[in-house]
Amino acid sequence: MNRIIKTFQTLRTQGRKALIGYLTVGDPDLKTSERNIRAALVNGLDILELGVPFSDPTADGPAIQAAGQRALVSGVNLKQILALAARLRRSFKTPMILFSYANPLFRYGYDALCRDAARAGIDGLLVVDLPFEESAELRAPMKRHGLLFIQLIAPTTSPERARRLLAEADGFVYYILVKGVTGKRDRLVADAKKQISQLRTCTDLPIAAGFGISDGAQAREAVRHADAAVVGSALVEAARKGRLAALVRELATAVHGA
Amino acid sequence: MKHEPDARGHFGPYGGRYVAETLMPALIELEQAYREAVKDPVFNKLFYAILRDYVGRPSPLYLAERLTKAYGGARLYLKREDLNHTGAHKINNTIGQALLARRMGKTRLMAETGAGQHGVATATAAALFGMECEVFMGDEDIRRQAPNVQRMQFLGAKIHPVHSGTATLKDAMSEAMRAWVARVDDTFYVIGSVAGPHPYPSMVRTFQSVIGTETRAQILEKTGRLPDMVIACVGGGSNAAGIFSAFLNETRVRLVGVEAAGFGIRTGKHAASIGAGRIGILHGSKSYLLQDSDGQVQNAHSVSAGLDYPGVGPQHAHWADTARVEYCSITDVEALRAFDELTRLEGILPALESSHALAEAKKRARVLGRKAAIVINLSGRGDKDLDNIVSYKQKHRKH
Ligand SMILES: Cc1ncc(COP(=O)(O)O)c(C=O)c1O
Repeated sequence: MNRIIKTFQTLRTQGRKALIGYLTVGDPDLKTSERNIRAALVNGLDILELGVPFSDPTADGPAIQAAGQRALVSGVNLKQILALAARLRRSFKTPMILFSYANPLFRYGYDALCRDAARAGIDGLLVVDLPFEESAELRAPMKRHGLLFIQLIAPTTSPERARRLLAEADGFVYYILVKGVTGKRDRLVADAKKQISQLRTCTDLPIAAGFGISDGAQAREAVRHADAAVVGSALVEAARKGRLAALVRELATAVHGA
Repeated sequence: MKHEPDARGHFGPYGGRYVAETLMPALIELEQAYREAVKDPVFNKLFYAILRDYVGRPSPLYLAERLTKAYGGARLYLKREDLNHTGAHKINNTIGQALLARRMGKTRLMAETGAGQHGVATATAAALFGMECEVFMGDEDIRRQAPNVQRMQFLGAKIHPVHSGTATLKDAMSEAMRAWVARVDDTFYVIGSVAGPHPYPSMVRTFQSVIGTETRAQILEKTGRLPDMVIACVGGGSNAAGIFSAFLNETRVRLVGVEAAGFGIRTGKHAASIGAGRIGILHGSKSYLLQDSDGQVQNAHSVSAGLDYPGVGPQHAHWADTARVEYCSITDVEALRAFDELTRLEGILPALESSHALAEAKKRARVLGRKAAIVINLSGRGDKDLDNIVSYKQKHRKH
């Protein structure tokens, strides 16, 4: 069974929520990045998102843009990212999702990518700028290689559209809390509860909420309604300041204690 | 041959909609509104009335006799988009999109701009319709197109300087897309070329097709027959798509798209996405793209800000594959020479973008011979480029 599905099943039977963490791979270089990712994993991430840097990250705010820029300057590429995933897989059972823009994957070749990602122990793909309508080309090889296509749902997605998209989804739904790019927000959106309960009527899949969550209090608030909290920009910034492990512990305590 | 995209906006393997889910509902809504608008006689009547009374259409088709003589071959006709209000073809499209925005109840316009012509044209439409306007522009372009920055500010637009990447059109467009995600409810994103996600490539072409429709009627009136060749510069490809649109099914009319070769294709410093790029995905569509082997987008280079973009509209990619349009490229130096020649011989200052089309016409005129007629889309005027040309010439004289 796919590790993502298994993780959510286990958590569900234990009545626990999940912490999903994003880090841009190669920020500021491959070695430091690997050390950071390992630190995040040992301090309580339930699912890891490995961010593939891209030259034109149109859905990202300043923190992840800058992380991607640093990673690209250091020369990291998809091949090295998959090799890093394979090394992580030898030490951890944590589900891993490759988080990317479409072009680096397209250039690599969707078939080759799915084969190599599955071999490296990746469990799913999340492609920010590949909406459902354009995804068939990638979903076919993903299916062959046992990778899950993680569907994003936005506050702008209508319930009818959400239902249609989620009929084909697997693993979990990534619910984008805000209309906007990634990045920290002072406060969690006011109607998160309403939005997520509406999404519940569209799917039985676990719901992960993300975009804007940056500390334990916000993560706890998010998992009062959702099954998982996703944290990205805040982890990237904490890693820069040498306080990644502390932040992951704070978030994990908040999420797991909820 | 079919020239409309499929239901999801694909031209062969190109085009489509590669955007974050947050934007998908807005694009579907836009497509719906656009389809209804172009079928509505009231919308069309208003659009063409504004083009006539405000933009100054039809723009003339002018036989450039002294240029023809100097280039020593085919008769050269210039489609004078430079004479439009605001000085380029860009206004045709922004009037169309602003009308659509108003019809959809949006109160704000936003745009990316390279040369500043599209920014000025959007700011102008916003002023005309009493809307707010925000323009994203790279720092480098703000420097080299300073007159247009001032014009936009006088028109009441708010300029967002973009520092990321090469601080040119590509980065301005990325930043505009980010800003749009945050304001998608009340804001209409006016894309300036036949690029971006569906329905923009076909919508912008439709609004620009007035160039082709007029040209066809004008050349028939003047010469009694269709031209042998139509030449246009290609940045994103909107002036080219607009003028080509009336000749697509006339297979005897050769269509030529001119990309920017910058310092030369072999130097790697150019903007020839079709000539030297590979298929990729950027800014909402699949098309030819300048990129490295890891799929990272490469920086384009051109002396002309409006052509300085690593991608190209998806329909051009399809026309290139199907050989309906021939694509070639012109260097900075060739374009600057053509700028000088038209200015001195005809008293017309062309935009540096349009100078690329003129430089290609110089090469083709002799080959086609005196009996032939070539139409060149003079997409804009060069007033915005004067400072840039002076500093470019100074810089390159030193070397
Ligand atoms: C005068 C002029 N011509 C051409 C272009 C290139 O755009 P497109 O290829 O969409 O016509 C620009 C863009 O700014 C322009 O200002």
